[in-house]
Amino acid sequence: MPEGSTTDGIGASVRRKEDKRFLTGRGRFTADISRPGQLHVHFIRSDHAHAKIVSINSAAAAEADGVVAIYTGDDVAADGIGGPICGWVVTNRDGSPTNEPPHPILAIGTVKYVGDHVVAVIAETLQQARDAAELVEIEYEVLAPVVDLASANAGVQIHENVPDNMYFDFELGDESAAESALAEAATVVELEVRNNRLVPNAMEPRAALAEYDPIDEAYTLFTTSQNPHLTRLVIGAFMLSIPESKLRVVAPDVGGGFGSKIYVYPEEAVCTWVSKKLQRPIKWTADRSESFLADAHGRDHINKVRMALDANNRITGLRVDSIANIGSYLSAFSVVTPTILHAPLLSGCYQIPAIYTNVKGMATTTAPVDAYRGAGRPEATYLLERVMDAAARQIGMDPAAFRRLNFIPKDAFPYQTPVALQYDIGDYEVPLAKALEMIDYDGFEARRAESATRGKYRGIGLSSYIEACGIAPSAVAGALGARVGLYESATVRVDPTGTINVMTGTHSHGQGHDTTFAQIVADKLGVGIGQVEIIHGDSDKTPFGMGSYGSRSLAVGGSAIAKAVDKVINKAKIIAAHLMEAADSDVVFADGKFTVAGTDSEKGFGEIALAAYVPHNYPHDRLEPGLEETAFYDPLNFTYPSGTHIAEVEIDPSTGVVQLVDWACCDDFGNLINPMVVEGQVHGGIAQGVGQALLENAAYDETGQLITASYMDYCMPRADDLPDFKVDYTVTACTHNDLGVKGCGEAGAIASPPALINAVINALAPIGITDMSMPASPEKVWRAINEATKAQAAE
Amino acid sequence: MTTVNITLNGKTVSADVPDNTLLVDFIRETMSLTGTHVGCDTSQCGACIVHVNGESVKSCTMLAASAEGAEITTIEGIGSAESLHPMQQAFHENHGLQCGYCTPGMVMSAIELVKKNPSPSDREVREGLEGNICRCTGYHNIVKSVQAGAQMMGE
Repeated sequence: MPEGSTTDGIGASVRRKEDKRFLTGRGRFTADISRPGQLHVHFIRSDHAHAKIVSINSAAAAEADGVVAIYTGDDVAADGIGGPICGWVVTNRDGSPTNEPPHPILAIGTVKYVGDHVVAVIAETLQQARDAAELVEIEYEVLAPVVDLASANAGVQIHENVPDNMYFDFELGDESAAESALAEAATVVELEVRNNRLVPNAMEPRAALAEYDPIDEAYTLFTTSQNPHLTRLVIGAFMLSIPESKLRVVAPDVGGGFGSKIYVYPEEAVCTWVSKKLQRPIKWTADRSESFLADAHGRDHINKVRMALDANNRITGLRVDSIANIGSYLSAFSVVTPTILHAPLLSGCYQIPAIYTNVKGMATTTAPVDAYRGAGRPEATYLLERVMDAAARQIGMDPAAFRRLNFIPKDAFPYQTPVALQYDIGDYEVPLAKALEMIDYDGFEARRAESATRGKYRGIGLSSYIEACGIAPSAVAGALGARVGLYESATVRVDPTGTINVMTGTHSHGQGHDTTFAQIVADKLGVGIGQVEIIHGDSDKTPFGMGSYGSRSLAVGGSAIAKAVDKVINKAKIIAAHLMEAADSDVVFADGKFTVAGTDSEKGFGEIALAAYVPHNYPHDRLEPGLEETAFYDPLNFTYPSGTHIAEVEIDPSTGVVQLVDWACCDDFGNLINPMVVEGQVHGGIAQGVGQALLENAAYDETGQLITASYMDYCMPRADDLPDFKVDYTVTACTHNDLGVKGCGEAGAIASPPALINAVINALAPIGITDMSMPASPEKVWRAINEATKAQAAE
Repeated sequence: MTTVNITLNGKTVSADVPDNTLLVDFIRETMSLTGTHVGCDTSQCGACIVHVNGESVKSCTMLAASAEGAEITTIEGIGSAESLHPMQQAFHENHGLQCGYCTPGMVMSAIELVKKNPSPSDREVREGLEGNICRCTGYHNIVKSVQAGAQMMGE
C-alpha cells in the first residue's frame, strides 16, 4: 500500500469515503430499490441462435395467476418503439458507411442469438412471471446459425442490409508503405493470434426499475448504468420518444461495469415503455445466466500480423489484418472498439515508420460484442507484444533489449505515429528498467534452473504497452464517426457555510470518485475532504455528462471539476478583494485563505462563501451573488498511459497447470491523485487480464448455444489463482490537462495478457513450443507439452 | 405457504412465505435487508453469504423454511456505521473493496475463516476465500484486509 502524505489532498492515499455504506450493507444498488405496487417482468429469450418466429401463443399464460400483461415484438412494432442505436460508426475502405441493421427491443420476425428477447411477461411477482412464461408456446423455424468467425462471411445472411455478414470494412495507415517495408525487410515475423471472447461479469447483474408519473407525465428509471445521461438521451430521443426533460435516469450504486453497463439494452427500455402502458412501476433483475447470454461480450478477434525488421533489428513496418466478431446486433460502441480504439494503438511504444491495418467487423448469431475493460487496446497490445516476443525469438535477441532498441526515445515527444495519434509525452525505458529490477530479471535463469530440478518449466514474459485514454477530443471523435461529444461536466456548488457539493457527469461504480474527486477539490480549496460531497449518477442532479469508460473519469471529468473549482476561486478572489478593500490582483489564495500581499488582511474561504450568499457588503456592480460554477472540459488530445508488466510462471508438465508465481509492473499514469485507489485499479485490471490469458473463454458450440453460461463453466479468477502483485510507478505528467493525469483503469487488463502468454511460451520454448492461444488452460498446455516432448523423442 | 420463525441479527422475526422461498429472498425481499446480495444462480460467487448458527452459508442455496429456528446474522448485523466490526474496519483500511457488491459476502466469509483459523497464512486466506468471487480488486488487498482483520479480531 503506498503511503500518502498526512493531508487528504492530491497525492495522499486517503481511505475511501464510500466504503462505510458498502461494508455495512447499506449500499443502494438498483435491485435493492422497490416501489409500491411494482410489477415484475420476466423475459422469454430465444433458445435458438437463428430462427424465424412462426407463432407465439400466450393465451394460457395470460390467464395464469398474477399475470398482468404479455408483450411481444408485435407490440413493439405497433407502438413504433425504436431500438438501441450505435453510438459511433466508421467509413468503409470503399467510402461507404457502416451497415446498421435494426435492433428491436423484442424480436420482430426472427431471433438472432441465444438469449435474444422474445416475450416480456409481466406479473405481480417475479415467480408468477416465471411460472407463466412456461405456458407461452413459441413456434420457431430454425435457420442456419453463423458461429465461426473466420467463415462468417460465407454463412447465411443474418441481416437484410448486411451483405456477407460484414458490418464494416475499415482500414488505417499506408498499405503500400507497409508492403514495401515487408518486401525489403531483412527479417519478416509472422503471427496469427486469436483474442478470446470474454464475458465482462460485473458482480452486480444488470437491473432496471421504471416508474411513470401520470400527473407530471414523467418517467423515472433506476438502472445499472455507467452513463445515466447517455441512457436518458438514447431511450428518450431514439427509442421511446420521451422528451429528455420528462425522463429521469438514476444509476445509484452500481456493482462494477467494465464496459458492459455503458450500453442501453432492451430490458431497461421495455421496463420504461411498459411502466406507462400499465401505470405501475416495472422491475427487472437479471440472473447470472441472463447476464452471460445477453450482456455485451468482449474481445473476439482474429489478427494476422506481419512485422518487418531491418538488418539492425529495427522495426520498419507492420501489417495487421483483423476480423472482429461484432455479434448479432450493433451495440453502442461495437464499431469503434475494434477500429478507432484499436488500429491507432498499433504503433505501441515503438518507432514503426510504416503501419497498415484492415479490420472487418462481422455479424454472427452470437450475443452482441462491445467494449470490455480496455476495449480495442488490449487486442492491439496483445498482438503487438506477442509479435515483439516472436521477433526477438526469431532474431535471437533478448526481448527486453529488442523492445529497448525500438522504443520511441524520450526526446522524440510529441511523437506522431503513422496511425493518427500524436503521443504528447512518455519515457518508456524507465518503467521497463524498473519492472525488470522489481522481478529480478537478471536472476531469472537461476530460478529457471531451480524449477527444472523440481521437474517444472519456468518462464518469464514482458509486455510494454501504451493506451489512448481520456476519451476523447470531441472534434477528433466526431471526424472519426462519433455521434456524441466526449467532453465532461462538473458543477461545484459552495454552500453558505462553506461546505461543497460537486455534481459530476461521470459515474463511479467502484473507482472511488467520492474520495478521489473530493481530494482534488479539497486540495485546490484548502479544505478537508469531509467538507466535499461528490454527487453522480442522477440525470436530475448532475449536468449533462458522458459517464465513465475509457479511463476518462479523472482525465476528463476530474479536469472539468478542477476547472469549475478554478472559476469558484476566481470569483471568490474578487469578493475577497472587495471585503479587504484591495485590488483583485493583490489577492492571493493559498491554504484556504485569501490574503493581500504585503498586509496582514486575511479572509477564510468560509467567510467568502457566506458573503456570497449574504451579500450585504458585496461588489454588486461586478458580480452576481452566490458561489456556484459549472465547467465543461473537452480534452485537446487523448492521454497516453504506458508501462511495462512482467509475469513469471511455473508450469507443471504432469498437469499442464500454469502457476503464476510473480508479477511486477511499473506504470506511468502521470500524476496520481490517490495512489491507494490507483494501485487497486492496477490489481483489478491485472486480474482480469490473467483471467483472459489463463482461465476465461466464452464458447459457443456449432449450433450457437453458449456452453459457458454459468460460473460452473466460465472460469473466473479466484483468490487462489493469483499471487500478490508488485506495483510501482513512474511519472511523466500529461501535458494537456491541468492535473497532469492520464487514467489508470484499463492498464492492467491491457498489459497483462501478452505478458502472461509470453511467459508461458518462454517456459515451453526449450521443448520447441513457440505458440500458445488464450486461455492457456491446463488441458491445452498439457497437450502442447505432450506433443512437443513426443516430437522431441522422435527426433 | 410456510411460516418461518428465525432470529435475524438478534431479533426474532416471523413471516409466511411460499414454500420454495430461498433464504436470500426471505432476507432481501421479506425482511428488506438488502445488504446480502445475489451475484449468480449456481452457488458459486458467495455474494449472498450469511452466518447460520455461526457457520457461513450461501443463502441462495438454502430454503427459508430450512432455517426455521436458526440464528442468522447478515452483514447488517455485525457492526454499525459508528462502530465497525474489526473485519469491516480492516477492509476499509486496506482498500479491500471497490464496487462493494461482493463485499458483504466477502466480509462474512472472512470473519468465519478467521474464527476457525485465527492466524492464517496468505495461502490459507486465498484458499479460504475460494468460494467468493470479486471482479474488481484482484484479491491482493482483500488478502491484506483479512490478515489485518485477523490481527484486530485477535486483539
